Amino acid sequence: MSAGWRIEVDARRCIGSGSCVGMAQAHFRMESGLATPIAAAVEPTETVIDAAESCPVEAIAVRDDDGVLIAPA
Amino acid sequence: MPDVARVAARPYPFSPPDRLNLDPLYAELRRVEPLTRVRLPFGEEAWLATRYVDVRTVLGDARFSRAASVGRDEPRLTPRQIEGGILSMDPPGHTRLRRLVAKAFTARRVEQLRPRTRQIADELIDAMVTAGPPADLVEHFATPLPIQVICELLGVPFADRHLFHVWSEAIVSTTSLSPEQIHEYLDNLYRYIGELVQQRRREPTDDLICAMVRARDEHQDRFTEQEVVQLAAGLLAAGHETTVTQLPNFAYVLLTHPDQLARLRAEPARVPTAIEELMRYVPLGVASAFARYATEDIEVGGVLVRAGEPVIGSLSSANRDETVFADPDRLDLGRETNPHIGFGHGVHHCLGAQLARMELQVGIGTLVARLPELRIAVPEPELTWKSGMIVRGLARMPVTW
Repeated sequence: MSAGWRIEVDARRCIGSGSCVGMAQAHFRMESGLATPIAAAVEPTETVIDAAESCPVEAIAVRDDDGVLIAPA
Repeated sequence: MPDVARVAARPYPFSPPDRLNLDPLYAELRRVEPLTRVRLPFGEEAWLATRYVDVRTVLGDARFSRAASVGRDEPRLTPRQIEGGILSMDPPGHTRLRRLVAKAFTARRVEQLRPRTRQIADELIDAMVTAGPPADLVEHFATPLPIQVICELLGVPFADRHLFHVWSEAIVSTTSLSPEQIHEYLDNLYRYIGELVQQRRREPTDDLICAMVRARDEHQDRFTEQEVVQLAAGLLAAGHETTVTQLPNFAYVLLTHPDQLARLRAEPARVPTAIEELMRYVPLGVASAFARYATEDIEVGGVLVRAGEPVIGSLSSANRDETVFADPDRLDLGRETNPHIGFGHGVHHCLGAQLARMELQVGIGTLVARLPELRIAVPEPELTWKSGMIVRGLARMPVTW
């Protein structure tokens, strides 16, 4: 039914600031010092947008199910 | 497990700041008592975490709260209690404010400021060379460089720097200013920014303060005027006091490690790696503060921290943790694996980290490239260090070349 979103973290860009884990702990966790999505497919939610928009190195991408980038804008 | 809770709290900081040297007690605590009781000059007793893994937990785990510090007699280095603001908030309130400005400080946006930053750095060196040695690296280079950059980013007139640079000291002062002065300076700073905000509303421009004003006016229910003013003032003050202090600190460390400086001169492409190592090695803070309050019982460093107790994470100690960094007390400008937390960790990870990195890379890179004969112009004991501040730094740094 409802279109899902996909979240990706670019490990080459991630600096492990922990910002996304603190803002959206249901969706991100730290692994070996870097952030990783808990699940790649998520229900649309503002908190993953917050995490992508606040990432200091824009390592997080949120896409709709057509692959269109939703965040960061 | 020793019953550490019964041990009397140690006064913290453990000793008066000695240049950029870290008190050896941190290393001992990491080994034998990774969570210890401390009493800061003001506020209630707290736990202090000294190991890397524990400090990251305290700063990064959502069960530790900054918002819970509100209304508590927070452990602190300054007589003044932090009155609200982004550092006293948790998500989602914190996220709402952070997103208002985060975009302007991403790596991508900061990269666009690099050519202009280089130009400013070159002009400052040109002026120093024209005037001839000696010069004060603090006054003639390290102070104007970050101030000019943050002024242009925010849209604050550089010509007013003599006003707000003085007032900004209130943010980093412990005893260098009286409590009355701190209050007065902060009032002045907020009034000054408040007037700029009003002016941007009447005459829009292309800068961050104006973007903040626009966001506030488009979403009246989302941000209060006070939040916008306080955040902009914080960006202006914290956004330059830190880099103004770290640039001479880094230059001092390099000039007192001539073999490593020589390698950097030979390979200027290594400047970014060197800056990361300097961020790890130089303890900017006299001590850490901004305690996180446990919102439930949590075990940290072998101690059960009870809900409601404050825990401070020492960034400087974490950055010297021998289980993470090989030979941690050695400066190694070529250190490849360097997950330091010099900019903090978690949701409060320094908003200006990418900007500071870029400014430090340009600042140190320019000094190294333009002044190959740079050296400190006075004997080491004659260098004067700031006191009565939360940061360590040189008051003046006479140099010649």
